[in-house]
This record gives sequence, structure tokens and C-alpha cells, in this order.
Amino acid sequence: MQSEALDRIVGDFRSVAPQLPGGGHRWVERARREALDGFASRGFPTVRDEDWKYTNVASIQRRALPPAIAAGAISAERVRALAFPDVPCHRLVFVDGRFDPTFSATGPLPAGVCIRSLSEVIATGAERLEPLLAGVPENGFAALNLAFMTDGVVIELDRNAVVERPIHLLYIATLPERSIYYRNFILADENAQATVVEHYVGPAASTYLTNAVTTIVGGASSHVEHYKLQQESAKAFHVAGIHASQARASRFTSYSIALGGAIARNDITSRLGAEGAECTLNGLYMVGGRQIVDHHTRIDHAKPRGTSREFYRGVLDGTARGVFNGKVIVHPDAQKTDAEQSNHNLLLSKAAEVDTKPQLEIFADDVRCTHGATVGQLDESMIFYLRSRGIEPEVARALLIYAFAHDIVGRIGLVPLKRRVERHLISVLPEGERIKELL
Amino acid sequence: MLQIRNLHTAIEGKPILKGISLDVNAGEVHAIMGPNGSGKSTLANVLAGREGYEVTGGEVLFKGTDLLALAPEERAREGIFLAFQYPVEIPGVSNVYFLKAALNAARKHRGLPEVDAMDFLALVRGKMQMMEMKDEMLYRSVNEGFSGGEKKRNEILQMAVLEPTLAILDETDSGLDIDALKVVANGVNTLRGPERAMIMVTHYQRLLDYIVPDFVHVLSQGRIVKSGGPGLALELESRGYGWIEGEARGAACAQTGA
Repeated sequence: MQSEALDRIVGDFRSVAPQLPGGGHRWVERARREALDGFASRGFPTVRDEDWKYTNVASIQRRALPPAIAAGAISAERVRALAFPDVPCHRLVFVDGRFDPTFSATGPLPAGVCIRSLSEVIATGAERLEPLLAGVPENGFAALNLAFMTDGVVIELDRNAVVERPIHLLYIATLPERSIYYRNFILADENAQATVVEHYVGPAASTYLTNAVTTIVGGASSHVEHYKLQQESAKAFHVAGIHASQARASRFTSYSIALGGAIARNDITSRLGAEGAECTLNGLYMVGGRQIVDHHTRIDHAKPRGTSREFYRGVLDGTARGVFNGKVIVHPDAQKTDAEQSNHNLLLSKAAEVDTKPQLEIFADDVRCTHGATVGQLDESMIFYLRSRGIEPEVARALLIYAFAHDIVGRIGLVPLKRRVERHLISVLPEGERIKELL
Repeated sequence: MLQIRNLHTAIEGKPILKGISLDVNAGEVHAIMGPNGSGKSTLANVLAGREGYEVTGGEVLFKGTDLLALAPEERAREGIFLAFQYPVEIPGVSNVYFLKAALNAARKHRGLPEVDAMDFLALVRGKMQMMEMKDEMLYRSVNEGFSGGEKKRNEILQMAVLEPTLAILDETDSGLDIDALKVVANGVNTLRGPERAMIMVTHYQRLLDYIVPDFVHVLSQGRIVKSGGPGLALELESRGYGWIEGEARGAACAQTGA
């Protein structure tokens, strides 16, 4: 079974490899080939792997969807509907794995800022990326990503460069039955700042795989605010990694808003590799039907006086399943680490399920680490309290779900994104329209 | 306004109220007193419609209609208000929106237009002054992190905004220091009027020094065993509940004997 899928993927690689960007650059070709070999020997993860225990990807493996080799068509209306109204952004649009210059528009950029597509950067050799792509990833999906990566964004911020406008990356899937591979880089030098939004969408009821990896390098005192809004089709697969490494006194803030996908998996990691770094990981997953959404986070406190905060919440309906695994490792050097983690889950149906696991490994003695995880249903006493004041039970429920999710949404600093997520919440809640006036 | 006729209730099959009859007319304030476990809070909760209480007999008419057939939110819109003994914390829902939602639900039910945001704020701020509440409490989540006294004030604030026809105060004095008790009592007294009735459930006489009832009823083991004027509360304060329970048992024996 596994071998049949692997053979197909190896065959696909042989046929598309000549067209993949970076061809002719030996390090790129070697990195791809080694990644493919690594994948071919290891295969897809299975539930026997500790990190994939609760998320069975056999359905992704069985399909072994071939890579998208050309982009489908999108309309200006579609892009307009997805863009943030009234907020000037630097916008890059990607369709089925490829940068689309027609609908992309980066406004005037401050000095020391370079925003380009990966395909463009890699075509020139891009030695800067070589060390960042070195080594074969353990994770089968990450190995496939390296082998097949077709495009993505490369954001380079020189020392002191500050990008005021948000950088809005729109990843639009149009073709069914394809695998799409994105590779993104956000490279912020000392004291640089940027806000980046990755927004994934696809046609309803279409099956495809988005496999995306984002590498973030935060120089000393830099601040990267990273948002990911995942609104893939409810039949799509979305497997992604966001991996940050942080220098002295840098700040990295991540938001993962996971709403779509039949199976959605996010690996979000940060390594606080120098003193005084700050990392905040926020997440909201809100799914129903038979959706599976899995977040694996890992924060490595490698040096002293680092701070990490983690706020994750999930709302699950139908027979949906959620997974949260939050690993925090405080290395022996990392004295005075201050780490907090919380994961709260609201189950709206009897058949919905969550597996939540805080995982703290502490090898330093002068640290402050806390964690808390809960799984529960709507509180009947709250519902009665609201009803006793004349509020209908359906409206009371919608209000309580909204309030629960808004604990995360309220943290979103980028207002147009916050409004968009709020609108989404209202649109999916029964009687949601009726709580609008209350908010 | 409210007629309770031979009301029997049970929780998980265990009888709690064993035949309560009580008439409450507009303009009246009734105090229901009694020892712990007598069924006082059950009566308050059954009137408000809390789930988990089984009505095993009797009826309750509110303004002539069958109250027990109404859902809690319908009762609220008809003008019943329960001030909770333990007000519930609702994280993420701000007090101001909660109050506005409640008020507009009631107004809509009465065929009145919804209040606009400005008028609403003016109304609420006035009532908050009376309750000696700080403005910032409007924007905090409902009861979240409120002290015991703040929660009780917030209950009376809601009552003042919603202007119910029948207010039921469940142990509103519990957990209040004397200053907070005065503020709460003042709020309640302001709401007394010929169109409105109140039922105060309380264990202690203390509250009744500040909100003087028209009638006092003593509940014991699920029955009203004695009714009287405000003087009855003072007698309970000095003699405790024991003598009334003794009297009630005596009466029950005499009935059996006859």
C-alpha cells in the first residue's frame, strides 16, 4: 500500500523535476533529490509515530495526489473578495503552487526590504537559502515539500527595515486532485519588523493537498508577526510547518486560525536561541463535520531569560477531532525562562473529540513554567443565566461559543483580519446573525 | 399577580416542596424565610424556570397564565426576574452587551422599539450611580472576577434596568457587608411600587431591617408553616426557627389526631 504510493510519487518527481524552479543550480537539485530519497525510504508518517498518533494520514497517502504542474484560472473578483478592504497591503497571490504576478501588488517598499517569489529568487541561485534548506527533514511531508517546492514568498528585511503595511499572501487552490507545495521565507535582520498573513483558500468540496513550509529567521530585536488563516475546502488536506529561529531580544508572534480542511496539520516551532527572546503562539481551531485539525507546537528555550506564551483554543462540533500537542523544552542554559501555555477546548457535540497534551521538558532549575488544558461542554448554568434574562437558548449558546473563541480572536492585532475571523464565527454559528448586534 | 396553588416539586425523585400555596399581589413585598434545606431557593428557582426541578403537583399562575408552561426566557420577558444567590460568571460577554440584549429582548416582547446605544448608556449609567458601581464594570465580562458584593449589586442593576413586574431575590443579602447591604437594599427599595411585586428569599432577618416586607412566610420542610407581618421576622430573629418547627409538628399531630 505504502510502497505503491511511494512509487507513484517518485515517478511524479522524475517527470516534473526538470520544470521545478532552481533547475541548473546544483545545490537545489541535490537538496530536492536527497529530500525525495529521504521520503522514499521513510514514507508518510503513520499513527505508530508518536507525533502522528492521533492523526491518521492514510487517506492522503492512498491518494498520492500528483503535483500541480500548471495554475488554474482565477478572477479579479475572487481576489478582491479575499483582499482586505480599505487596508493597503503588499499582496502576493499564488495559484495552485505558482506566483501570479497579475493579481499581486507590492506597494512602494521601504529601503532594505525585498519581497519576491521563491521561484524568482531560486532561479538566480539564491545562495542565502542554501543553509536554510540543508538537511533532509525527518517528517515525510516536510521532505516532500523540499523535493517538490514550486513557489512561495521570500521576504528579506535588512537591518532596521520596518514594513508598516501588512504583507498579505494569498494561496488560492483551484485544481482538484493535486498536491501543491509552498515554501516561504521570512528573513528579518536586526531590529527589522514585519506583519505577514498567510491565507489559504480553495474551492468548496474540492480535494487537494496543500503542503506548505515557512521558515522564519528573526534577527536581534526583530519583530515578526505572523498570521495564518487556513480556510481550505472541507475536503482538502493541509499539512504545514512554520519554523522560527530567534536571536537576542527578538519577538515572534504567531497566530494559527484553522477553520478548513478534512485533515489539517500544523507544526509550529520556535527556537529561542539567544537571550531575552519572546515568543507568543496563538491558535484557534473551529471545525465540525468529520474534520480533523492537529496542532503540534514546540518551543525550545535554549538561552536565558526567554519568555514564551501559548494560547490555543478549539471549538469542535459534529464528529470532528482536534489534537493539540504543546511541547516546551527548557534547555540547561535557559535559566530565568518564563513559559506559559494554555489549551482550552469546547465540544459542541457528544461525538466530537479532542486530544490535548501539554509536554514540558525542563532541564534548568530557575524557571517559571505553567500549563493548563481543559476540555468541556457549554456551561448549562451560563445558559440558564442568560435565558433568565430573556435571551433565547439558541442565542445564548451562540453568544457563549463566540465569547469562548473570541478569547483568541481578540488577541489578533491586525484589525481587518480580526474582523474577518469575527465575521466567519458569526456566519458559522447557528443564530450567529442575531448576536451581531451584541458585539 | 402570582398565585401558587399547592405546589409540589422534587429533585431526582426526592420531594422538596410539599404543597406551597401563596398569593402575591401587585405592590406587595413578601419575605420567605426558613432554615437551610427548607426549600426556599427551590421555590425561587422553580418560579424562574431552572431545569432539574420536577413539578409533581399544583400550579402557578402569573397574571392569570400558567407560568410553569413557559420557558425561562419567556418568563423573563413576561416580567419575572430572579436575582441569583450565586450570579454566574460569563467570560467574554461584556456586562453592557448582556444588559442591552436582555433589555431589548423584553422590549421587543412588549412591542416596544429597541433602545439605541446612547439612550441605553444614559439609562444604565443612571442606575449604576444608584448602585454605586464604577463605570468600568460595564465593560468587564459579566460577573467575571467580581467580588461577592459586586455580583449582588450587578444583579440589582440588571433588575433596575429590566424593571420586572415580579422580582424574586434569592438570598440577596448573603455575602454582603453592611455597607453593600445598604446599597443593595436602597436599590431594591427604589424599585418598590404599586405595579411591582417582590419575593425575598432569605435566611436572616438582617435584610428585612432595610427592606421591610408586607408579609413574612416561614418555610419548613417544603411547607409554609407560618405567615404573618414584619413582626414575625423579628420573632424569628430572637427565637430562632426551632419553635415554629415545633409548632408545625404539633399542628400536624393534632390534625392526625382529629
